[in-house]
Amino acid sequence: MKQGGPTAWGAAQALASVLLGAFLLLPVLALFSTLGWSDFLGGLRNPLLGPALRLSLLTTATSLALVVGLGSLFAWRVARNPGRLSRWLEAVAQIPAVIPPAVAGVGLLLAFGRRGLLGAFLERHGIALVFTTPAVVLAEAFVSAPFFIQAAIAAFRRVDENLLVVARTLGASPFRAFVRVGLPAAAPGLVAGAAMSWARAVGEFGATLLFAGNLTGRTQTMPLAVYTAMESDLRAAQSLSLVLVAIAFALLFVLRRVASGAALPGTEPRRA
Amino acid sequence: MRLLCLIALWAGFARPARAEAARELVVFAAASLREAFAELGRSFEQSHPGTKVAFHLAGSQELRTQIENGAPGDVFASADQKQMQALLDDRLAATPRVFARNEPVLVVPAGNPAGIHGLEDLPEAQRIVVGAPEVPIGAYTLRILDAASRTYGAGFRARVEARVASRELNVRQVLAKVRLGEADAAIVYRTDAAAAGSQVQVIPLPEGVNVVAEYPVAVLTRAKQPALAREFVDLLLSAPGQEKLARFGFLTVGRK
Repeated sequence: MKQGGPTAWGAAQALASVLLGAFLLLPVLALFSTLGWSDFLGGLRNPLLGPALRLSLLTTATSLALVVGLGSLFAWRVARNPGRLSRWLEAVAQIPAVIPPAVAGVGLLLAFGRRGLLGAFLERHGIALVFTTPAVVLAEAFVSAPFFIQAAIAAFRRVDENLLVVARTLGASPFRAFVRVGLPAAAPGLVAGAAMSWARAVGEFGATLLFAGNLTGRTQTMPLAVYTAMESDLRAAQSLSLVLVAIAFALLFVLRRVASGAALPGTEPRRA
Repeated sequence: MRLLCLIALWAGFARPARAEAARELVVFAAASLREAFAELGRSFEQSHPGTKVAFHLAGSQELRTQIENGAPGDVFASADQKQMQALLDDRLAATPRVFARNEPVLVVPAGNPAGIHGLEDLPEAQRIVVGAPEVPIGAYTLRILDAASRTYGAGFRARVEARVASRELNVRQVLAKVRLGEADAAIVYRTDAAAAGSQVQVIPLPEGVNVVAEYPVAVLTRAKQPALAREFVDLLLSAPGQEKLARFGFLTVGRK
């Protein structure tokens, strides 16, 4: 089948690509083009930046570890054991993706707050979550988990059943088959899912603001610092945004490189 | 063909909305004015048939930033003079008039779990929530704490700040944390405390420590409905308007 060409269909594709591409790129370009280098350097010196950046990296690394660790087992269970329970689990894992982050924040407050469903119990045992750094991690894990889980389920479903059967007949335990065959074969999909999930966690704002509050060094992540800076000075907010965008681009670039590198061993599973 | 139908359908929906917008008064108002302005807006709509009053409620400084960046509005009612002055300096607002005053108070959740009975007890609270210093209630809170430090000893502000769990970005977020029982105490406006009803207990701040917040209102330079906007400002300053504001806990402005 010929693609594109001087047809109306080809023109429509070209037009849609140019329009949507420009629309998606323009706000990012605006962030960069209306600020000079001196503003960017000013952003680097903003007192809000250091604590917020450190906190964002710490909390998103923790939430990513939680999501990838638990999410991999969850996705493996769902992908390799089709059935009603798996369909339910898959649907549950999608819930956070379809509710607005602000609603997620209210839900987290009502679940883990002092008077919340679980929070009241935790409070009696001396555990208070709201306004703490762990609350930030929970908010980030909640909103970002669907992105990894969905990608991991899709990646695990594509793993050739025969490879696993061979691994088992060669004497590998189910756990060993998962680690030595399943994970490497699904690696590109897992890394891509982790990258999307991480990007979502870094950008988390609404749920964090409601559930964890806004305190420098403890719960004020980069997006909250941008918002706080905007209360006094749009340019300060803009220069902080630039730093965040630059870091996000750099990390996503690295992750994509890792993902394309991981594709090689994945296509050719190592012997168990 | 189907595309044309869709466009026709969309245009059909879009047009009446635009016709209505022609008689829409857009009021940018500080978050603390929510309830009082909802009622004032209703009485304005009654006295101006065919007019719809749309409120845009947020922290005053957020509203200011939006107006500076071209957000379309007719009236700006701010919870402090600073944000209004900034718009005046940029010639984005006409001469403002103070239409209400509001008094910060201490609030604690119903039942007062931390046992706070006055400002001097505030350092006993486990978790205090305040406004960020960038927003008016946060700036007032700092002034109150500084004044209190002169009364209760130099370290008072630092002892309170050591207990601060969050610096929220508008006064309603501060209040929400007390209503939920997440915060043991907070400083909000008396009007916000009134809006929370029995969910919070109000503790007045001592005389001499407290500050009074002034609310200025102005017609915006880029107003699409300048005449309606001026009439809305007049309503705020009229006897019935002042009476309504008083009912929501505002201190009215006497004729000076």
